[in-house]
Amino acid sequence: MVTSMESNSMPNGPKIHFKRNEKRHVRIPKISRKQFYGHGIPGVDTEKLAGKLIVVEGADCSGRSTQIHRLVEWLEGSGHATVQVGLKLSNLVSEELEQAKQGNILSRVTLSLFYATDFADQLENTILPALRAGTMVLADRYIYTLMARDLVRGMDESWVKNLYSMALIPDAVFYLNVAPEELVQRNFAKHSSLDYWESGIDLGLARDWFDSFLIYQGLIEKQFHRMQTTFKFTTVDGHRSADTINAELRNKIEDVLEGRA
Amino acid sequence: MLKTFADQKYPGRLIAVEGLDGSGKSTQIHLLKRWLELQGLKVFFSEWNSSSLVKSATSKAKKRELLTPTTFSLIHATDFADRYERQLVPLIRAGYIVLCDRYIFTAFARDIVRGCPPEWVRGMYSFALLPDFTFFFKSKLEVSLQRILDNRPQLKYFEAGMDLDLSPDPYESFRIFQGRILDEYLAMSKEFNFTVIDANQGIEVQQSMVRELVAAKLDLAAFAQPKR
Repeated sequence: MVTSMESNSMPNGPKIHFKRNEKRHVRIPKISRKQFYGHGIPGVDTEKLAGKLIVVEGADCSGRSTQIHRLVEWLEGSGHATVQVGLKLSNLVSEELEQAKQGNILSRVTLSLFYATDFADQLENTILPALRAGTMVLADRYIYTLMARDLVRGMDESWVKNLYSMALIPDAVFYLNVAPEELVQRNFAKHSSLDYWESGIDLGLARDWFDSFLIYQGLIEKQFHRMQTTFKFTTVDGHRSADTINAELRNKIEDVLEGRA
Repeated sequence: MLKTFADQKYPGRLIAVEGLDGSGKSTQIHLLKRWLELQGLKVFFSEWNSSSLVKSATSKAKKRELLTPTTFSLIHATDFADRYERQLVPLIRAGYIVLCDRYIFTAFARDIVRGCPPEWVRGMYSFALLPDFTFFFKSKLEVSLQRILDNRPQLKYFEAGMDLDLSPDPYESFRIFQGRILDEYLAMSKEFNFTVIDANQGIEVQQSMVRELVAAKLDLAAFAQPKR
């Protein structure tokens, strides 16, 4: 820090020094006003949320974790503290939620509320404190996946929207869009079997899992496209190389950090 | 406006009791249940915060004082939804009289006192039909408080509303918290058609009123257990 200040005070120094020193300089993100979608969380002062909330959405095997991993590396390399959150990771109910999913014993409203509880716990105990501390929060999925799942299962849209009106509006939302036919190939390359919930088996869409997976992922994709206009997220073509996608995400996040978004 | 089970033409009926802790509502619903059962009727009893799976999360969270007003509200709604979808509705479809010790009004009162937006809480519970009968046991605040304190010298954290920072003294906090809940109950009494029972009367006096009202409103013979 001291060196950098010294060299900055010598505007005529050799260019190479300037470049190296520029890297040491950590850019201070522009503060943008945050808002909740609706009623929000009681007693939260959104003015104090200095950090940025960046969400990556998409199906399993859409490349979410790879992209988040790279974004974390890049952001931390640029001097920004990061925190990662995801679904089903709360201290409060994650164990019980996992248990319930394994047994497949919860009905739809219950499962939906259980997920909302898990989300709210992380929102209040991880996301909001991190943002208050000026941290970049990278969310591996957010309310949109939860809403899409509920909507595909026939839940009332206004009910779902009211439920998640407690959520904070992110600074950026990227939806990694990958066609179901491609997702099924990636799934087999990685796991050699399809996941019960990711295939929507509980919906009884088809007799075999392969068909069910394709139909279910198609329905989820449709919900994401519908939500896109309401929630204004960026749909990213997930069929391209990880590098190309990452460059696009970085560009958009640059805008967020500069307060242009 | 939400509808009752009768409005929906379900064969069963739902009777709920509401009131402050210590108002005697649990005693009254227990006696009502006994009376209905002894007549050979199809009766089911369900208690607030009792779904087995959700309960483990709730009690853990309460012990560790992990809950905020939002998660407190959500976790109780989850518990309610689980009982509602898996038990209450199927039983009412099968022609049962379902008795609930606390229903959605408990959430409406408590969560709103905790600062959750009323429209959000009500919206969350909008999947639930209204009871066909809601008894509200209206007791003097001091009497309810004394009953709770006599039985339980140690007040629990959330029970006393300690999360609201009303007072550092648990007893004082409990007093203020319960007073506010009572105000919320009274404010919705008309809207949700509560049948208010004066809970300062003797147990037997109250129970006679409850039984009479239930008998007048329901054709009890229609809920008889099938003969074998």
